[in-house]
Amino acid sequence: MAVFGPDVDRPLYGRGPSVGLRFTVYAILSIVLMYYDQHGHWVQRLHYALDAAAYPVQVAVSSPRAAWNWMTQSFQTRDALQAENKRLHDQLLALEMSVVRQDALEQENAELRGLRAALPPFIKKWQLAEIISVETNPLRQRVVINKGTADGVTLNQAVVDGSGVLGQVARVGPWSAEVILVTDPEHAIPVEVTRNSLRSIAVGSGNTGELLLPYLAINSDVKGGDLLVSSGLGGVFPSGLPVARISGVRREPNQLLAQVRATPLAHVERDREVVLLQFEPSHPAAPAPTPPIAPEVAPVAKPAPKISDPDE
Amino acid sequence: MSDRHPRLIVLTTTIIALVFTVLPLPTWLAIVRPAFLVLTVLYWSIMIPRAGGLLLGYASGLALDVFQGSLLGEHGLALAFVTYLAIRLHLLMRAKPLFEQSLFVFAALMVYEFLLWVIDGWSGHPLSTPTRWVHAFTGALIWPLVVGILGRFRTSR
Repeated sequence: MAVFGPDVDRPLYGRGPSVGLRFTVYAILSIVLMYYDQHGHWVQRLHYALDAAAYPVQVAVSSPRAAWNWMTQSFQTRDALQAENKRLHDQLLALEMSVVRQDALEQENAELRGLRAALPPFIKKWQLAEIISVETNPLRQRVVINKGTADGVTLNQAVVDGSGVLGQVARVGPWSAEVILVTDPEHAIPVEVTRNSLRSIAVGSGNTGELLLPYLAINSDVKGGDLLVSSGLGGVFPSGLPVARISGVRREPNQLLAQVRATPLAHVERDREVVLLQFEPSHPAAPAPTPPIAPEVAPVAKPAPKISDPDE
Repeated sequence: MSDRHPRLIVLTTTIIALVFTVLPLPTWLAIVRPAFLVLTVLYWSIMIPRAGGLLLGYASGLALDVFQGSLLGEHGLALAFVTYLAIRLHLLMRAKPLFEQSLFVFAALMVYEFLLWVIDGWSGHPLSTPTRWVHAFTGALIWPLVVGILGRFRTSR
């Protein structure tokens, strides 16, 4: 990669190989490591072990933020707590009401589909995880959470918060996992517009508050305020999870595609806790059974061909 | 003290720099955050090339890879290369005034980021924004500060 001239540093070092030679050795070592890390061989296991070693440091590094959060929580005033309590209480009532309706609808749906018994609960297991470090820059939008393989976290598991889809697990360590957020420029999520079931793909913009829908034709029926939910294609996210709301549509007459922007519903910037979801694979709303995405490619949920009718 | 234990000082300051590099910050601050680890490694490579040397640069780069989740060896290679440059030019650099050192640091940081950019593209992460180059400017700007702070460690006896 570089031609190294006569070694001028040798008198300084006295013994050992020259700097140029040592650099060449390190460079070759790096390239070998990168190659095997990319193509998923033993280096990935090494990377996994190193992740485990780095975990305590990561926790220590994010401890000032955690301490600050703890402080602000501990010194909240009584009024603020009461107000929050009341808000949560109201929210709980509203949710209970909607659950009652949901149960009835599910029953009705099962009958309409001709199923004899009601379906098993859709979400098999959900798990709360805490965010221990956040990386939000225009190239990478990732968070590290405090659950890993030891807690049953798997690659490409869907991650949500109280209000919408947050992302999916991109890398798992023993006690921690890296979650790629929906706003990461390397992430794409198959979505549909609830109003008219129009399907498309929402791609991260690299900006915490924005998703882009670059594949919608200029005459497609979308408008500001439309709700986007996951369409269930792609094998990662089940159908019907709220993802984002359209914030703006720009149509320029000389272009074939509309420029559509959406605001993610999950509070990417403010979250401290997230929920990892595991689904009942036999449930009709579960992600389409496409082969799992191989670990060596970027964890992008690609659109799959339309699945056949689930109850045939 | 530093004459007897230069390695200890070098190691301690490098670890502190690593912590500052991976500390979670709001987006805009993260963009202008200088690459503290690269600056520290550059400083020690220029001032005491024997204490840290190439291994320091390479090991710091690998640590960065682990913390930032990049390909193992990506930052290692880039940081080893700029460390190599600094070690080769250390006698020249030491004699230069701070301003010219800053220019060298700027060039080194640009080379470092360029290598990362090339490896990113080659390994299937071709997305890039102009903001990734910003830290080269801020790094060159705070170089005199780095020299001041780390120089204090070096001369304390």
